[in-house]
Amino acid sequence: MNVLLLVIPIALALGTLGLVACVWALRSGQYDDIEGAEYRVLHDD
Amino acid sequence: MCCTDMALAYVEAHASWSAANTRPSLGRDYAAFLTRGPDGSARAAFAVEDVRCASCMSTIERGLAGLPGVTAARLNFSDRRLAVTWRPDAEPDVPAVLSALDALGFRAQLFDPGSRPDAETAETKRLITALAVAGFASMNVMLLAISVWAGTVSDMTPENRDLFHWIQALIALPAAAYAGRPFYEGAFRGLRAGRVTMDFPITLGIVLTLVMSVVESLSGATHAYFDGAVMLLFFLLIGRVLEQSMRRRTRMLAENLAALRSEGATVVDADGSLRDVPTSDLVPGLRILIRPGERIPADGVVERGMSDLDHSLVTGETAAIAVRGGDTVFAGALNGNGALTVRVAAASGSSLLDAVEALMRRALEARSRTLVLADRATRLYVPLVHAAAALTLAGWLAAGAGWHAAILSAVAVLIVTCPCALGLAIPAVQVVSAGSLFRDGVLLNDGTALERFAAIDTVVFDKTGTLTLPEPSLTDGDHPPGILALAARLALSSRHPMAAALAKAAGGAEPVPDAQEAAGLGVRALVDGVELRLGSARFCGAEAEAAAALAENPAASVICFRAGDAAPVVFPVHQALRPEAAQVVEALLAADRRVLILSGDRAPAVEAVAARLGIAEWEAGLTPLEKIARIEALQRAGRRVLMVGDGLNDAPALAAAHASLSPVTAAHVSQAAADALFLGRSLTPVLSVLDAGARARRLMLQNLWFSAAYNLLAVPLAAAGWLTPLIAALAMSGSSVIVTLNALRARVATGARPAPVAIAGRRAPPSAFPLLPGRP
Repeated sequence: MNVLLLVIPIALALGTLGLVACVWALRSGQYDDIEGAEYRVLHDD
Repeated sequence: MCCTDMALAYVEAHASWSAANTRPSLGRDYAAFLTRGPDGSARAAFAVEDVRCASCMSTIERGLAGLPGVTAARLNFSDRRLAVTWRPDAEPDVPAVLSALDALGFRAQLFDPGSRPDAETAETKRLITALAVAGFASMNVMLLAISVWAGTVSDMTPENRDLFHWIQALIALPAAAYAGRPFYEGAFRGLRAGRVTMDFPITLGIVLTLVMSVVESLSGATHAYFDGAVMLLFFLLIGRVLEQSMRRRTRMLAENLAALRSEGATVVDADGSLRDVPTSDLVPGLRILIRPGERIPADGVVERGMSDLDHSLVTGETAAIAVRGGDTVFAGALNGNGALTVRVAAASGSSLLDAVEALMRRALEARSRTLVLADRATRLYVPLVHAAAALTLAGWLAAGAGWHAAILSAVAVLIVTCPCALGLAIPAVQVVSAGSLFRDGVLLNDGTALERFAAIDTVVFDKTGTLTLPEPSLTDGDHPPGILALAARLALSSRHPMAAALAKAAGGAEPVPDAQEAAGLGVRALVDGVELRLGSARFCGAEAEAAAALAENPAASVICFRAGDAAPVVFPVHQALRPEAAQVVEALLAADRRVLILSGDRAPAVEAVAARLGIAEWEAGLTPLEKIARIEALQRAGRRVLMVGDGLNDAPALAAAHASLSPVTAAHVSQAAADALFLGRSLTPVLSVLDAGARARRLMLQNLWFSAAYNLLAVPLAAAGWLTPLIAALAMSGSSVIVTLNALRARVATGARPAPVAIAGRRAPPSAFPLLPGRP
């Protein structure tokens, strides 16, 4: 059962990473123009 | 541009026989619209019209990137706003950007930086962050909770179970403390105002669940409900985020529309130089220049110049009124063919706008709108649930169970009834209905308006700008084609609204070269040695012909044309009915609704429209006060009135009515007073909102009944003490999903809607829906 003490923190750390990434994306304005993003991806600049 | 040039431009704008009147832009100073970044770089925001496809985005961005000094141009496709940034050392050249956009085929208008809704954007971000935190917590807590549930039927040791419970607590407690703040704050705000809102039972439920779970974990019990608490938050936050983003989007698009209608004013400084300022910066005493074809931005007194004003947006009156020095002018009137210098009047409390606002306040106070469904549900729900919990507690105590078991069961009742489904039941329907109305070209100002639209049995229309189109158009008739084409080409050089109606007949022809506009009179040009004149009857020497045309068509106005010494030609111009106005009125009457016209215009003009639409009940020449009186009388007689109007004089009536609708061309005050705005030329949105309202109300009631049934099932279960965390999780998520899916039917139904939409100008000219999200 000691493996739990290793696995659960790893799982939580990965989850937190996702959360941090989401909050960062929000703060840096990546959700400001959701409609535009779907077209921008198609332009090769 | 140096100030002498601008002073010259000012003089030119007033001069007769000057081409300056028709020049789109005189020298202007845009500094009031610019914001400076921390490094000194200038930024400006523009509302852009006609952005309809993905390629427009790259066209605009690439087209502007080449301008001198511009470091970045980025178009936000969702809200149709363009942000342009200049290098810190470069002089920001706004006119260059505007003309570059113009050359690319897009109309744009500068934004007032003061009006940008920063608070709203911040609130959206806060809610999304809270949603992300709640989502993260509910996923991880659920993972651990499922292990515990599986462990209780297999071989999990109590030590491991306790460990898992504590890890859940470690995640859930801070997450709930952060993500639940919108609800806690709402509950406190409500309590301080002496009201119990839906936030209160939510807060109580979450806090009690968490406290009980901690207590249970401390005593090493089998069940903890951390997963239920965070899942509840997650679902409820989804509802909040949807609601907030709907509101924000509606507001941003409404603001774009306002900006595109040039909500700016041109101030004339003491030295004669011109400055563009946002309307909100106008203070009494400033002198402002109003060019031909512009709307008057503020009440004031004419200092210089003469012109005729179209008051249709102010009073509903369609006939032009001549003004000259010393006359008072009202905000919202459309300037005719002369430039005016106006001194902004002090807010004396006696202007028309003040009178209208006082009436609106009165109307809002007198209005007794029925309680919206959500409030009624809360009023029923809160005491019932709390009584059920109290009864459970008392029942278990009376049955001889200990305090611990009794409190546990009572809290379980509160948890299972926590208004997950109820909290989503109404906002989910509102959001979906607003979205489908949005696609039909209707912007909803207020989500609760849907229920009020459902109750409507009487529809009151204003005439000018509502039943008729806001801009005049040429009356059909046998105009000699060659003359019409020539007159239309000449009309292209004028900014008078009546000339604009004639100019539409030009169909892409070149304007007549060297046409000159005479302020207050018309346009003239010399072609092949023949003098062409277009303008008032006096200007063309056509008084007799004009009088004859007016006698034949009393609702029209005339614009005259004369080539050399040939007989003058009179073109009657009138305000045409909106497309489908007749079908809409017919459909309303067929649905047994009473239809009335209450107009401020002259009786003959109103009578003509009423006769063409088959409306028997109409009144003309009404003041704003009389309009409210009529509507209040109808409502006292038990009618539920929908007011459709656009003018400043309709604003109090819009506020007084049970529900209200305005075209997007409406006056500012009216837009703010209306429950919904519709875009485009067609009148069918009136049917759309009534339909959508009825459908939304039906779905809301279904959802409420479903939530009631769910509670009826779940409460006995919890009161009996059979509620395990597994059952709680299934019941809560299951009911929320069902309610949300049911709400989505509001959208499905629109797609398959028959007749009304078939006539809803889907093939309207593109410019009719300038800001709707288009698909490529």
